[in-house]
Amino acid sequence: MIKLKSLSKSFGQLKVLKDINLEINKSEVVVLIGASGSGKSTLLRCMNFLEILDEGTISINDEIIHIEKTNLNKVRENMGMVFQHFNLFPHLSVIQNITEAPIQVKKQSKEEANKKAMELLTKVGLADKANYYSEQLSGGQKQRVAIARALAMNPSVMLFDEPTSALDPELVGEVLETMKNLARDGMTMVIVTHEMGFAREVADRVIMLADGKIIEEGPPAEFFKTPKEERTMKFLQQVLS
Amino acid sequence: MEFLTNIASIFQKHGVEFLKATILTVELTVVSLLIACIIGLIFAFFKVSNIKVLEKIANAYIFIIRGMPLIVQLMFLYYGISSIFVLSDFAAGAIALGIHSGAYIAEIFRGSIQSIDKGQMEAGRSLGMTYFKTMRRIILPQSFKRAIPALANQFIIGLKDSSLVAYIAVSELFNHALSAQAYNYMPLETYFVVGIYYLILVLIFTLLFNKLESRMDVGKEKKHDKVEVAF
Repeated sequence: MIKLKSLSKSFGQLKVLKDINLEINKSEVVVLIGASGSGKSTLLRCMNFLEILDEGTISINDEIIHIEKTNLNKVRENMGMVFQHFNLFPHLSVIQNITEAPIQVKKQSKEEANKKAMELLTKVGLADKANYYSEQLSGGQKQRVAIARALAMNPSVMLFDEPTSALDPELVGEVLETMKNLARDGMTMVIVTHEMGFAREVADRVIMLADGKIIEEGPPAEFFKTPKEERTMKFLQQVLS
Repeated sequence: MEFLTNIASIFQKHGVEFLKATILTVELTVVSLLIACIIGLIFAFFKVSNIKVLEKIANAYIFIIRGMPLIVQLMFLYYGISSIFVLSDFAAGAIALGIHSGAYIAEIFRGSIQSIDKGQMEAGRSLGMTYFKTMRRIILPQSFKRAIPALANQFIIGLKDSSLVAYIAVSELFNHALSAQAYNYMPLETYFVVGIYYLILVLIFTLLFNKLESRMDVGKEKKHDKVEVAF
């Protein structure tokens, strides 16, 4: 579904991603792990062109995306993104946050968009908060609204950039639960996270990045039990202890 | 005592005339600030565009305008504009004042746009919205709210600066003061009276802006009522 081929990305002198090859299949849940600075967030952001890759190609459904020629807005419509710091629109209510893009981009009617938004809010357990503003919500609630907002565009892939890193520990569970439900529904997901328990339970594949390269990948059962690379072992020891 | 009776006689003689001139001052201020807001918004966009040429144009404009006294610009633009186009003195004055305030307002807008977390733009773009749509729907409403206090300040400066167009023959408030004192030989009293007119004008402007500010926060207060339920 998404295919990255020899993808490289630098920020100035710093090479953040080096020759990344990766294929993500439909309904697959892929978890990216790695120390901070390993390039995992950049990799995720390259997938929906929030960062523009320097070299290599990205194809989506076997179609290569040319940065100059392809309408990137159309590509992004199809990919939901959830951010570490939620990035809800503070001047809009919860339901307006969710309906904004469907109305503005997909030209849905307000009624249609509201109906869909209420369905999604029910799904993430926040139907009663539709008319609240983001500053009145807890971190966990904000993130669930952000997930609903991304889902409102009917994306075929969901990208999560450390969705629980900014949350108080007791609020992490509700967001992970929402994500688990999504995975169960067959959503294709790429997740950057430090939640190893979640990765073990939900991921189809775990990928370890270090210094801008994929150094190891595998199904979680294998990956966590018998990591092959020493750097993976060290990293896992650090995060699991 | 004589001072007070003189003032009373000026009010009597020129009160209505000054009031009419005050209306012209208000018109001039409103029109010039509208022009300034449009110019300011355009140049603020130039500055945040990340396009080198546009940034340079905006910087040059702001440098030139901020670097010269308003009266010099007024004269220059007045004679410049009216040598190219046939314009009324009012229009020439309003345009010149607008171009001047525009530079300051550009900086106000730029600052408030840049103060919005960049995650807001990313969130908008990640939902498939274009740069301009995200600007218009997400960034600008938030940054406009933040710009209000600084804008209020600039608007009051603009109101007072409008007195300078008296020198290009626009018969606004200060222009009337100039001719009145030349005719009644009471400069001190005349300027005192005109000063009061300006004070009242600024007071009205300030009150209007305070109202606007609190109005934009009304939503916020309403929201706080619900906080208890939210958590």
